[in-house]
Amino acid sequence: MTAAETVVEQSGRLSNVPTQRLGRGEAMQATLEISPQEFDARAEVVAPQAEDARPVIELEQIHKTYTMGDVEVHALRGISLTIKKGEFVAIMGTSGSGKSTTMNIIGCLDRPTKGRYILDGEDVSEMSKDERADIRSQKLGFVFQGFNLLSRTSALENVELPMLYAGIESAERHSRSMEALRSVGLAGREHNHPNQLSGGQQQRVAIARSLVNRPALILADEPTGNLDSRTSVEVMEIFQKLNRERGITLVLVTHEHDIAEYADRVVVFKDGRIKEDYRIEKPRDASRELKLLPDVEQDSD
Amino acid sequence: MNILMIIRVAFRALVRNKMRAALTMLGIIIGVSAVIAMVSIGQGAQASVQAQIEGMGTNLLFVSAGAQNVGGVRSGAGDGGTNTLTVDDLEAIRREVPSVAMVTPTVNARLQLVVSNQNWNTTVQGVSEQYPDVRKWATQSGTFFTEADVRSAARVIVLGQTIADNLFPGADPLGQSVRVMNLPFKVVGVMARKGQDPQGRDQDDTAFAPYTAVQKKLLGNTRVQVAYVSAISQDATYTAQTQITELLRQRHKLSANEPNDFSVRNMTDVAEAANETNNIMTMLLGSIAGVSLLVGGIGIMNIMLVSVTERTREIGIRMAIGARSSAVRRQFLIESIVLSLTGGLIGILLGVIVSVAIPRMIGWPTLVSTAAIIGSVIFSAVVGIFFGYYPARKAAGLDPIEALRYE
Repeated sequence: MTAAETVVEQSGRLSNVPTQRLGRGEAMQATLEISPQEFDARAEVVAPQAEDARPVIELEQIHKTYTMGDVEVHALRGISLTIKKGEFVAIMGTSGSGKSTTMNIIGCLDRPTKGRYILDGEDVSEMSKDERADIRSQKLGFVFQGFNLLSRTSALENVELPMLYAGIESAERHSRSMEALRSVGLAGREHNHPNQLSGGQQQRVAIARSLVNRPALILADEPTGNLDSRTSVEVMEIFQKLNRERGITLVLVTHEHDIAEYADRVVVFKDGRIKEDYRIEKPRDASRELKLLPDVEQDSD
Repeated sequence: MNILMIIRVAFRALVRNKMRAALTMLGIIIGVSAVIAMVSIGQGAQASVQAQIEGMGTNLLFVSAGAQNVGGVRSGAGDGGTNTLTVDDLEAIRREVPSVAMVTPTVNARLQLVVSNQNWNTTVQGVSEQYPDVRKWATQSGTFFTEADVRSAARVIVLGQTIADNLFPGADPLGQSVRVMNLPFKVVGVMARKGQDPQGRDQDDTAFAPYTAVQKKLLGNTRVQVAYVSAISQDATYTAQTQITELLRQRHKLSANEPNDFSVRNMTDVAEAANETNNIMTMLLGSIAGVSLLVGGIGIMNIMLVSVTERTREIGIRMAIGARSSAVRRQFLIESIVLSLTGGLIGILLGVIVSVAIPRMIGWPTLVSTAAIIGSVIFSAVVGIFFGYYPARKAAGLDPIEALRYE
């Protein structure tokens, strides 16, 4: 049983929701039943586990409307979603389902038209552009499909970049970056530029970059979209390790079912609403799969 | 992110595009070096005019025939067309004005000097024996002619250095004979080298003879074009000017409403006029060069706009990982300031080199002006800020979502 599952069970028991796995489609109501106030009250009762059960993301009736010319496009029509610390959630949906908009809102790149978003205990739904930049700097890490590393800049400097904006001093920046690169298996590649790294390695640099400011949450937007299947498994292995060994909360947007199966929980979007929200009882184990895969070219670094 | 980091990042961005950065800076480099070179030419001219004027003696006055406002029709003063200043006038000035120390008339004639098979076209000035004292201009060898020579209209001549060099190359001209309009004149002295006058004429290309000899034997008239008068002291020049004017008006029997038919000017007036001309020239040259600085600034803006568009994705990444708009704006602003300031510094170097080279190459005096250098540094920084602000604001205003999607 993973830490996240334990957490869900704990909080489930407290709010008198049956301890069984939540049926598909019931998850939304289940999470909605716990209001923040109630949650705080309970947190005091179960002190040791309360820290782990803290919600990182609380979306309440989020609406997002774009005006394109005269036409109003309702990208999100009342999304409510709670993601707790240590969860590994995959967000799925076809294009136009609202998953990217949700991602942008969760990532504080965009603001909801209506509704409330509490990130790590802070209401960020009304924050200004600068405040959101600070929140991104302190609480969020991003991993993109296209890696989005600065070209002609070494891996080390790419990883140091978020700390530059967070005002962390040079020595600390260096040691944290080295550590982050080591943790994603890129020790010795610190001074390579992105064009000297494979796609998988570039994505690992991006993961290291998302880690260095010790965010409350890492958002990965189609992180395996540009990678072949083996490299995809390698990247998912890193995500699973970060989640299980370091308890990092992960939100992964993907449209591939087999990638979503590495997560513990899947939220499916359709037409601006959450269509399904279910837990995966036996997520795929990337580590084990890698061992079973034929040894093509094991990364020597 | 501290300022040093941003400057480092800016430098790295510029180094990545060396060729482009160099071409962009070229506008500023040319602008700044042109401003510095032009201003130093202007200042050099001014300084040399000042030095010459001071060298002529600040207690010097000019009395010339004809009115001072020598417009188109009355192109009078000193060209021999007017006959309003006489030797007697000058004698009266010398005798009756207490603040006057010395007077020398000058009678100019454009003539050819001949020595055996050599000849030289030059100006022969008929002056009195007091000329060297009035002009503070001594002979280098030999002596100037004497009062007796003037009284007797002796055919003696003192050569300027340029004439001596050309008519007697490598030889001593003293005691030799020079023919002027077929009359032999004996060389009694050679003047010390004097250089150019404020109008850029070679003062050493002049020969001096007693004015009596020039009037009677060469020109055949008694006109005096200009007289140099020296006051007893610098403070006395204005008094002397007034007294000479009164005296000449009396002698010329001018009624109160008639204008002067002569003019009296002091060196301060001449210096001021020369300064004014030079200032206008310096400003003109400087502002033409300034226009090229402006064009250079527009070049910077253009490149910065291209750079912002090219790096839209980079801006998106920086914003997504926590850069505030202000940090992005600062980055691009500093990039453009670094660009223009680097260009400015190279321009200063080039401008100073040009300013030092000009006197050697074409002989114009220059004076490198500290004010122009400081001004250029400030101006190029201002250009960087002014022309970098709009592109930087554009970068800072990007929406991170859009920017990340930009291909």
